[in-house]
Amino acid sequence: MIQVEWFYWLMGLFWLGVGVLVARDRTNPKRMTSGLFWALLGLCFPYSSFVVAKTAPAWPLGLVIVVIAALAGTGRLARSGSAAEGTEDGDVEGANLDRDADRSDRGRGGSSGSGGSGGSNVALAPVRSREALAEKFGNKLFIPVLAIPVITALCAIAGPYVIIGGRPLLQKGSETVIGLAAAGIIAIIISMVVFKLRSPVLALTEGRRLTEDLGWALVLPQLLSVLGLVFATAGVGKAIGSTVSAVLPNGSLLPAVILYCVGMAVFTVIMGNAFAAFPVLTAAIGYPVLVAAMGGNPAAVFAIGMLSGYCGTLCTPMAANFNIVPVALLELKSNYAVIKAQLPTAIPLLVANIVIMYVVAF
Amino acid sequence: MLVLLGILVVVVGFALRLNPMLVVTVAGLVTGFLGGMTLIQVLNAFGTGFAGSRSVSIFLLVLPVIGLVEHFGLQQQARRLVSRLARLSTGGILAGYLLLRQVLAAIGLMSIGGHAQTVRPLVAPMAEAAAVRKYGPLPDAVSQRIRAFAASTDNIGAFFGEDIFVAVGAVLLITSFVDTTYGYTLVPLQVALWAIPTAIVALLIHGTRSLLVDRSLRREMARVQPQTEVAR
Repeated sequence: MIQVEWFYWLMGLFWLGVGVLVARDRTNPKRMTSGLFWALLGLCFPYSSFVVAKTAPAWPLGLVIVVIAALAGTGRLARSGSAAEGTEDGDVEGANLDRDADRSDRGRGGSSGSGGSGGSNVALAPVRSREALAEKFGNKLFIPVLAIPVITALCAIAGPYVIIGGRPLLQKGSETVIGLAAAGIIAIIISMVVFKLRSPVLALTEGRRLTEDLGWALVLPQLLSVLGLVFATAGVGKAIGSTVSAVLPNGSLLPAVILYCVGMAVFTVIMGNAFAAFPVLTAAIGYPVLVAAMGGNPAAVFAIGMLSGYCGTLCTPMAANFNIVPVALLELKSNYAVIKAQLPTAIPLLVANIVIMYVVAF
Repeated sequence: MLVLLGILVVVVGFALRLNPMLVVTVAGLVTGFLGGMTLIQVLNAFGTGFAGSRSVSIFLLVLPVIGLVEHFGLQQQARRLVSRLARLSTGGILAGYLLLRQVLAAIGLMSIGGHAQTVRPLVAPMAEAAAVRKYGPLPDAVSQRIRAFAASTDNIGAFFGEDIFVAVGAVLLITSFVDTTYGYTLVPLQVALWAIPTAIVALLIHGTRSLLVDRSLRREMARVQPQTEVAR
């Protein structure tokens, strides 16, 4: 049967490869430390398999994580240099602004706001030729991309029912994750057919480009997840829980829902990042009060809690990539012009989130 | 109560714009030590947490194909789609872009739009041009408001579309955090489904506000140039 670990090893291998390439890339101003960052990250993935199986101690992994964080946190990670000087995406003048903006304010965090797509380090086809390619392939370009959610959903929904030789084809409990990983790989094959490519090398080069564009931001969600576990182990939830239960009238649901949603929004306004607010508020209220004590549906409580945080992202200059960078790009006079346009949507939406959570999660 | 200082580290660190990797790591170490854990116990928690939350990062396996399709002109094609909105009114362009951005984000196409990629080169100029076509030159304040609104449609479309896609960092962060910390096995698809009600409300609220931009434009321009008939 297909194990999720296979794909973790594949990812580890990919990063190890990126690490070696980066370390040998003379256009990278910090090639040694950057290469080390990616290579260590690559090694962490297969080693984790043994930690999960309890056949290896966890502390060496923890130590390496701290080293990785220190490498990135002290600015020793750089993207590979000016290799693409001539192929920069010159048609968007402002693109550089987006890239230069402090990566820390990637609003809701991690994966999404990859502003880096405006300019790239590893060669991307020149704009003119990409324009022609877009003309040629038209909406066919969406086929490989659309295949990803379709395949993922298929594995998630139908996966548990596919049983071969008495055992499920996909590892139990990880169907969605396996589906997603498989989709990423199958989509490469589909694009090779659509674009008539003979080898997947271009996909790997492009993967490296996007990986380096994301940089450490790509590890942040996982690190926040780690922080959540440390919080729980050290008893943060208990400490806040006792404070919260002193404030909250016993067993009253609505005030607790309001506290969680508004808390997510307010913490996000202060920190500029809903991903960072999530472990804090969830350890404090989301899990102990709403799920454990009041029996809320965890998927609904946490999904809507995160979206309440996004309402905060809409209101804060701390999320510069989303609210301040466009001010510069669009030559607006007031720094708060975008936030002002968003407030009348953000506030009713936060109220809507509270109502939705109250109605559907309990 | 002392362990709560760890939270303070996160809040202050992010508020001061220190590097998030550093902030999160230091907060973890501080919290662990204040909670009475030894160095080895803290490192063990870091290691176990990392190993158990690898599914957060699985979305990276999608990057190669996204990059490949970008190489063949994905962003250019997206811009061509957006530019088809050009014959609509200002409000129509804004609402149309909101819908397009939200739908594309929901199928995992995040980097295809954005302030640099689509708002500045396309949406903002198109929305302004539609107003100019109707009313002639716009006062500065009005054109500023249209442009700011264009940026807001991008943010709201992206934020409240992407969480419907199972592979996005936010959804996987939720499932892996909860699974590692509280021993659940949450299904990412379910978390993604619960993002749909909010997505619909966001589309309704901001879509309506986008369409209402036409009305406030008409009112404003009637005030600015009362001598001419502008209501049409």
